Amino acid sequence: MIYILKILLVMILSPVAGCLLKGLDRKITARLQHREGPPILQPFYDFLKLISKENIAVSKYQNIFVLIYFMFAAASLLMMFFQMDLLMIICVFTISNVALITAGMSTGSPYSKVGSEREIISMLCYEPVLVFFIVEMYMLTGSFRISSIDHLDKPLIFYMPLAFLSMLYIMLIKFKKSPFDLSSSHHAHQELVKGIMTEFSGPALAVIELTHWYEAIFLLGLMFIFAKQYTLLGLAIAAFTYIFAIIIDNISARLTWQWMLKFTWTVVIELTIVNLLGIYFLNLKAL
Amino acid sequence: MANILSNVMSKSPWIVHVNCNSCNGCDIELLACLTPIYDAERLGVLNVGTPKQADIMVVTGSVNHKNINMLKNIYEQMPSPKAVVAIGACASTGGVFHNCYNVIGGVDEVVPVDVYVPGCCPRPEAILDGIMQAADILEKKRLDNKG
Repeated sequence: MIYILKILLVMILSPVAGCLLKGLDRKITARLQHREGPPILQPFYDFLKLISKENIAVSKYQNIFVLIYFMFAAASLLMMFFQMDLLMIICVFTISNVALITAGMSTGSPYSKVGSEREIISMLCYEPVLVFFIVEMYMLTGSFRISSIDHLDKPLIFYMPLAFLSMLYIMLIKFKKSPFDLSSSHHAHQELVKGIMTEFSGPALAVIELTHWYEAIFLLGLMFIFAKQYTLLGLAIAAFTYIFAIIIDNISARLTWQWMLKFTWTVVIELTIVNLLGIYFLNLKAL
Repeated sequence: MANILSNVMSKSPWIVHVNCNSCNGCDIELLACLTPIYDAERLGVLNVGTPKQADIMVVTGSVNHKNINMLKNIYEQMPSPKAVVAIGACASTGGVFHNCYNVIGGVDEVVPVDVYVPGCCPRPEAILDGIMQAADILEKKRLDNKG
């Protein structure tokens, strides 16, 4: 009974928090650009408007993939709140992203196809960092479960500072913000005619927006794990990550995928590997 | 709670900008609406690139034989409820070019127009006013469709 209550609480409060976070993002971006900006509840108004529009679908299957994207993202968020196996959580989250990529490919429009291909390249950049992060957590605690971090004496960020920097970097790719908003342009709204989201309209787009809210809370939860024993420090790290993403979004232009691939695979993944080797050779076991 | 649900369309009008045969004067004034001085985004207006995600089609320039099919195509790709705003004299009636051999006339020869914003070219405040009036008309259309 208490489980059902907890599930309902997570499923209802997370999109509310995600919606307010997105609204804050647009407001802060506007203020940084010296203008008024929309009200903080604006993503909610967008969502309500999109639900009441007609559903125009180009292919028979594109909306099914959008539903899969939504369900698996919500499932991975639930698994994280119940502190289950982190490797499993990342696998479930990857299925949801692959569903979005397939949705873009299934429409047959060349703009969606290029957007999907760029999203695949983004996945190629951030997946290794995520997997190394989980491996390092395993080496430190001996288990993949998030609940095993509670036995550590010091917060995870103490043992994995370089991995923290790499995760901070790939959060820019995951939040789809500049300089890496390659697959569906965040600010310009018009590069590649909206990239991967070109052929979605009405209720399908509303479900994609909702999933973005769940995803925002999930990604901030991933950063919260770095200081899980001290809740306030964890929340501070998550807030810092989001503000960092917003500020870097506003001061940088979009970079090419070649640059992103080259930089991530030569610098960022190397940082994570150095951290891994450090934990291995210093034989750190934080139990 | 009730008044959140009753004002759904007019709080988030997304526009798609179509340029048929315009001299770009009205286009520049329209894009000026998105700059910090006039800031259309505080009203929820977003310039989306694809007609499939837009509510309001903002048209500049007159219609000639080459772009009549393009305009009809983009109008039909928009999901309902939708509205059309004709910006400037050329989009409303053909403007100074209405007698030319290639010009068919204003935009209302092809698509049903809801709001006309006259001027050559109209000020950004006038364009924003036109877009917001179209947003209110959209809300009325949505309520008509439901009832």
